[in-house]
Amino acid sequence: MNPHSTYETLRQFADSWGLLILVVAFVVLTAWPFRPGSRDYHRDAANMIFRDKNDGE
Amino acid sequence: MSMTEKHKVLERNVTLLAAAALVTVAIGGIVEIAPLFWIDNTIEKVDGMRPYTPLEQAGRDVYVREGCYTCHSQMIRPFRDEVERYGHYSLAAESIYDHPFQWGSKRTGPDLARVGGRYSDEWHVQHMRDPQSVVPESIMPKYSFLADADLETHDASDRLTALRRVGVPYTDTDVENAAADLAAQADPDADAGDLATRYPKAQQRDFDGDPARLTEMDALVAYLQMLGTLVDVNAAAAQEDLAQETGR
Amino acid sequence: MERVVSRAGLWFVLLILAVMAMAAAQDSGFAAHMAILAIAALTGLWLSIANADYGAMARGVLRMPSDPSRYDDDPVRWGVIATIFWGMAGFAAGLFIALQLTWPAFNLEPYLNFGRVRPLHTSAVIFAFGGNALIATSFYIVQRTCRARLAFPGLARFVFWGYQLFIVLAATGYLLGITQSKEYAEPEWYVDWWLTIVWVSYLVVFVGTIVKRKEPHIYVANWFFLAFILTVAMLHVVQNLDMPVSLLGSKSYPLFAGVQGALIQWWYGHNAVGFFLTAGFLGMMYYFVPKQAERPIYSYRLSIIHFWSMIFLYIWAGPHHLLYTALPDWAQTLGMVFSVMLWMPSWGGMINGLMTLNGAWDKVRTDPIIRMMVWSLAFYGMSTFEGPVMSVKSVNSLSHYTDWTIGHVHSGALGWNGMITFAAIYFLVPRLWGRDRLYSLRMVNWHFWLATAGIVFYAGSMWVAGVTQGLMWREYGSDGYLVNSFAETVIALHPMYMMRAFGGLLYLAGAVILVWNIWATILGKLRSEAPMTSAAYDPEKDRPAVPAQSAQGD
Repeated sequence: MNPHSTYETLRQFADSWGLLILVVAFVVLTAWPFRPGSRDYHRDAANMIFRDKNDGE
Repeated sequence: MSMTEKHKVLERNVTLLAAAALVTVAIGGIVEIAPLFWIDNTIEKVDGMRPYTPLEQAGRDVYVREGCYTCHSQMIRPFRDEVERYGHYSLAAESIYDHPFQWGSKRTGPDLARVGGRYSDEWHVQHMRDPQSVVPESIMPKYSFLADADLETHDASDRLTALRRVGVPYTDTDVENAAADLAAQADPDADAGDLATRYPKAQQRDFDGDPARLTEMDALVAYLQMLGTLVDVNAAAAQEDLAQETGR
Repeated sequence: MERVVSRAGLWFVLLILAVMAMAAAQDSGFAAHMAILAIAALTGLWLSIANADYGAMARGVLRMPSDPSRYDDDPVRWGVIATIFWGMAGFAAGLFIALQLTWPAFNLEPYLNFGRVRPLHTSAVIFAFGGNALIATSFYIVQRTCRARLAFPGLARFVFWGYQLFIVLAATGYLLGITQSKEYAEPEWYVDWWLTIVWVSYLVVFVGTIVKRKEPHIYVANWFFLAFILTVAMLHVVQNLDMPVSLLGSKSYPLFAGVQGALIQWWYGHNAVGFFLTAGFLGMMYYFVPKQAERPIYSYRLSIIHFWSMIFLYIWAGPHHLLYTALPDWAQTLGMVFSVMLWMPSWGGMINGLMTLNGAWDKVRTDPIIRMMVWSLAFYGMSTFEGPVMSVKSVNSLSHYTDWTIGHVHSGALGWNGMITFAAIYFLVPRLWGRDRLYSLRMVNWHFWLATAGIVFYAGSMWVAGVTQGLMWREYGSDGYLVNSFAETVIALHPMYMMRAFGGLLYLAGAVILVWNIWATILGKLRSEAPMTSAAYDPEKDRPAVPAQSAQGD
């Protein structure tokens, strides 16, 4: 196989499937923290640094 | 759930987090770096490139030691003003034996990729000793100590061996004769043997104006005077253009 | 007793090895470094066999409280002191090289020439000042957010002192000419190996503490610290694959050359910025900003998106340092596109930090520490906008190789990294030394304004210098020839270089005020002044969930 076709193959993959995979991954990962039911969990996590030692036990 | 089991789950979480983070940060590097090693047209082969002679490499080691890259680049970009100011734009193949590469990122002083042959040896020596005596506007530090520092030659073979281990194609003869080659190149009267056949275009003369001594100045000027002189750039660039047209 | 003997034995073996290596050294620089190692081993030996408890004496001099039921804060206190010390050294070195560029007579050959001192400055501020700040704050934050003491107390102390040895070896090496001349990765092979050992120990302490945590959730600040430690380990190891000329000499040659070497260099170099100076410092931001503002982070969900998108995108951006070079075009284009995309997560993070003050913006007026934090976030936003702009090929064709780049990194380093670190130090010291408040909040205010004025002078002059330089280099006359010789562009920049040095002086003056304020706070003094507000602190609540005695048993 000549090296230029290696480059072309990779380039075509990057322009099609590669791009699609990255876009789907981006959408899923961005949506994930906003899934239903995660609100309380995240509020709890954000306030964790203000609790003293007797909380949450 | 018992306490130890709970603990295991927690442990697994931090392991998972670390693994996911590592995979995430590895992707970009792998996609960009790995192909450079196996897509052949990253570096077009050009005629004329050869490893540095032991003296030139010693000069390069001085260049590296003094941190010259903090002010001088060795990478001419393909713009009209840069090409007119510094010479033909740099080709990938021209730094193929540069461990480490010294392209630089800041031009407090001018680019040096093709400084070889542009000035006389005397100019370089005077400029190193006292830059402002040659270029009054210059803000370059003085490097007069190089002319007084004897060049270390005892590990010349070891240095070539180390370079050969990282891929520079020195022959056994090159490595064995390293110290002799190094001394001979800086001495116009010496019998350099087959130095010129093993290292085409190698310049043999006393570089620092002090034939009695082999100094770090000799080495550094020898290195500067060969920078950008090995490759017939116009022929090589034509090869590169052809490669680009056929797909890159 | 047995432990003392075996520890002393280890130091003794190290001492002998260092002396032997010194005697057999191939070059004087390596011998000097082995002498430093021998001195370190001798000090360790003396400390382990001497009857006097020098640790306690030092803690006495530095007024360090010891309370075993609290968190393990000794390494944090040492780290804060080291951060300030190396910060002063790094700022002073920066001022020195700024003066060298203005008046070359400041170069003292060979040891204090610009080419040797410039790496000293960059390493001192990034790795010594920034690195100590990161180690200290990560040890502080990971204990609080995990409600557990440090996992391996002895190893944590090794991390601190081992890191200081790395700094000393790197810094002395540059002045002696021991360098690989790879930007931000200048130390030679054996110093790299030493840092690898220290860094893996750091990872073990950090992860170990998270493993023994008493909180179900791993707070987001720790995610950033973890990504920072892991990624820097990966970058450091790959970037520093070298072949030593001799195992008893300082010289080595890097494995990679030319194009590959260049891309790996900037994959490393750009992500030293991305993970050392950004991810790690964002870890500080996500803890200290909410704590000082006394309200939770604006959006915890945004912080998760911020984290994953930032660490994913950052790694790709390295080639923007190599636009229009001999690097293949496809890699340049990838670098440019990802750099532009990086703008979004960066601003997501900035907005998340700033909006934390939503409903409490009056604190910017009344609380000088909050003001510093807000200002650092503003500079983070400015630099992360300027960076993508400079990564666009047409802009880069002008800005590359000029002082514009220098101005850009300093608005990030002085504005973002410097300001958030100063704010963290002001937050930490009263808590670490058990003081009611800082010696003076008014002086924090002075520091703030001096530093801000310094940055304005610095970034402004360098931006003008960079654009001037870029335009002069490419200027053509009507005759079709280049107008300016290189020397003429050097002359044109002289006034800007003077202004830059003045900006550096202001910034250094601000840091002197910090030293004064912190020193007086440690001594327990209180300046009589009109009060200003700061976040409340209740030492009784600042305790681990499990007291130290049982915590050490698990």
